[in-house]
Amino acid sequence: MIYLQLFWSMFQIGLFSIGGGYVALPLIHHQIVELHGWLTVTEFADIITIAEMTPGPIAINAATFVGIRVAGIPGALVSTLACVLPSCIIVLLLAKIYYKYRNLNAMQYILSGLRPAVVAMIASAGLGIMLLAFFAGGTISLSVGSVNLVALAIFVTGLFVLRKWKLNPLYVMGGAGMIGLAAYVLWGV
Amino acid sequence: MKRDGSLYLKLFLYTFVLSAFTFGGGYVIVPLMRKRFVEDLHWIDEQEMLDLISVSQSSPGPIAVNASLMIGYHMGGIPGALITAFGTVLPPLLIISVISFFYQQFRDNAYVSAVMRGMQAGVAAVICNVVLDMGNMVLKGKSLLSAFLMLSVFIAVYFFKVNVIWVILICALIGLLSGTIRSRRALHKGRTESGGAEKP
Repeated sequence: MIYLQLFWSMFQIGLFSIGGGYVALPLIHHQIVELHGWLTVTEFADIITIAEMTPGPIAINAATFVGIRVAGIPGALVSTLACVLPSCIIVLLLAKIYYKYRNLNAMQYILSGLRPAVVAMIASAGLGIMLLAFFAGGTISLSVGSVNLVALAIFVTGLFVLRKWKLNPLYVMGGAGMIGLAAYVLWGV
Repeated sequence: MKRDGSLYLKLFLYTFVLSAFTFGGGYVIVPLMRKRFVEDLHWIDEQEMLDLISVSQSSPGPIAVNASLMIGYHMGGIPGALITAFGTVLPPLLIISVISFFYQQFRDNAYVSAVMRGMQAGVAAVICNVVLDMGNMVLKGKSLLSAFLMLSVFIAVYFFKVNVIWVILICALIGLLSGTIRSRRALHKGRTESGGAEKP
């Protein structure tokens, strides 16, 4: 029963991928390449590339892609549902606890320790994306020629309009994409 | 806010649009949600937004889905949470379903990658902006411990790739301990200052 297999695999991926994004990759790889052979290694590399180029969480992208490959549209639906089901159950439980007890002192103390940590984790992810955008391959190199000047210009302009006019981030991202396209069409960079 | 059809429709539409723009990893949902739900709609405040991300980060599954579930639950109970989860999952589900039929052409298309390269720089600016705002908020409390935690977690996660689960457990414990010690001390100080006089 292919749907049951898909469901169980994706449920495990959803359940054990704590910490988001790339933590889930080895787990997804194990389930869909090694264990079931639903995708080849090359297809798996492709789906990661596509997940980076399309919106949405990588686990959902992978689940949908595998589901379609293995069992068409119904497969995609089953896989995606199974992938988010653990989140739904556990987050709803935690949400209930949070909104019930958040005024307790103990809860406030815990959250006051978590808030700076969350900001730091977002900063860390942001720096990674920044380096990826500015330098080919994401590694810093000291020669000026290796810096992607278009990306640098987009970043500086984007940050400026966000700080100065509190522009909606969606417009900044949309505009950044358009400038990237224009730069490629006009100058081939 | 009244829990009627219009609220559920709004929850669906907002999360659908936000999810359709979460390029470049889960954290991008944070600035997008903050703009929509904190700044524009005032459904939640700045601290609650950070708490929401803390809970999302501590649960299994994608941050974008978890954070949507939290907002949905807060605004519309369990039906609200299921609707926001659906709204968040739908864009990637639709997009990948369509792309899976011609994914090789999509992957190798030069125009698509040019747009993506531009967007990546835009995403970097958006995340940098939200870190500045949230970092300011945390530092405004003038707590040395918060500043220290922020710096050490950044070093631990960025340079040493420490697993997020450890970061969360340790920071929760530090917060709990320091808060308990502080409140004990305040209580003790209050007693000695009042000279041990009995309450009227």
